[in-house]
Amino acid sequence: MSAAAPQTWDEFMEGVWKQNPTFVMILGMCPTLAVTVSAINAISMGLSTALVLIASCGLVSMMRNVTPKEVRIAVYIVIIATFVTAVDYAIQAISLALYDALGAFIQLIVVNCIILGRAEAHAAKNPPWPAMVNAAGMGVGFTIGLLALGVVREILGAGTLFGISLFGVGFQPWVIMVLPPGGFFVLGAWLLFFSWLERRKLRRQSSATEVAHHV
Amino acid sequence: MSEPSSTEKKVIPIAVAAPEAAVPESPAGPMIRTLGLVSAICGLIIVGAYQGTYDAVAANKRIATERAVFKVLPKAKSIGEFVAAPGGGIARVGAGETAIPPGAVKFFAAWDEAGKLAGIAAEGGAKGYADTVRIMFGYQPDCQCVVGIGVVSMRETPGIGDKILTDKEFLANFNALDAKLKEDLSALANEVKAVKHGTKSGAWQVDAIAGATITSRAVGKAINDTAQALLPRLVPNLDKLGSKS
Repeated sequence: MSAAAPQTWDEFMEGVWKQNPTFVMILGMCPTLAVTVSAINAISMGLSTALVLIASCGLVSMMRNVTPKEVRIAVYIVIIATFVTAVDYAIQAISLALYDALGAFIQLIVVNCIILGRAEAHAAKNPPWPAMVNAAGMGVGFTIGLLALGVVREILGAGTLFGISLFGVGFQPWVIMVLPPGGFFVLGAWLLFFSWLERRKLRRQSSATEVAHHV
Repeated sequence: MSEPSSTEKKVIPIAVAAPEAAVPESPAGPMIRTLGLVSAICGLIIVGAYQGTYDAVAANKRIATERAVFKVLPKAKSIGEFVAAPGGGIARVGAGETAIPPGAVKFFAAWDEAGKLAGIAAEGGAKGYADTVRIMFGYQPDCQCVVGIGVVSMRETPGIGDKILTDKEFLANFNALDAKLKEDLSALANEVKAVKHGTKSGAWQVDAIAGATITSRAVGKAINDTAQALLPRLVPNLDKLGSKS
């Protein structure tokens, strides 16, 4: 069926763009502000969260018909904590330096509201495949959000991108950008940008309908 | 607005009991079954992940430690892990053993290519500005001095506290920081301590970085605490570390 593909794609893009966890739903702000001091940290955190999100939404969805509603939160949390532990070990195996840089925020994925929110609002009501596609979209959206912050903060605060120096030795780093206040500044700037995009779109739509009326 | 002002009080319902259809309660059996099933699946996944990554994680940790030791003792070619027991005496720790007896101090002996002792490395930690600053320092038995430091972990302010990694003047403190023991080998002859920038007067003092005094002090205290605990036990036993064997 030709209808199946676009619907899955919509499901995926929902999290990436229309319901972007960082810029539209403003969820998961704790890791967003804390680990985005560099692009590589941001990408690792985003991908870890995405992996946990996809795996736990898949399992929650598979178990949805045998999970009594009274114990569903306990079931979700156990499932999410399991995959977080697995990702935690995987990151330790890949790079200890990265593990140290991300610190406690890997374990804190357990209580990331994006994941519990997805499990409760989507995965518990849908079959595994759509649930995982939706989760993948959200995960990618979250990664894009973190990366948007990480890139700006690393360039301004350290003069590097993915560890590669951009401006040579003469660059004086804008240190506050890699400190906590910088996270708020950059997040605010991005939110401003997206809200401007949204307004511009609305303005164009309304002027387009006006033109249609005149014609 | 067009609504006429009315004097009668309006009762605004805050919460209305919704006429919900009674949902049948789930019996206990399915709840226990589901929770048991979930626990079993999750247990399997966690154990699998732990087993699957164990070797890689252990190798990573060993490489990280070796790198830290080799950084403070550049001449070292191989290292061995030891503990100094509280009652005196040292013992080698086998690879993979992580539990150390209470009160014991862990340290690394490093040997050069010829198998001669190239130095001792030990870890120390003290409260810095933001969190514990954990450092690794090298100790040379020949001069009884600290010969270099490396940071194991810290969360100090970038650009200020983390200058302890880069500030050349500060690092020069550790070219030969005096850590001699008293005659009776009970403690350091002079406490290793960070002093205000520009007031260093003894070879055992650490000249702090101006603007990062708290972090500098943490480094001094970390060295001092570990040296005070380790050296009195280590120095009488140094000959045991003489060759790699």
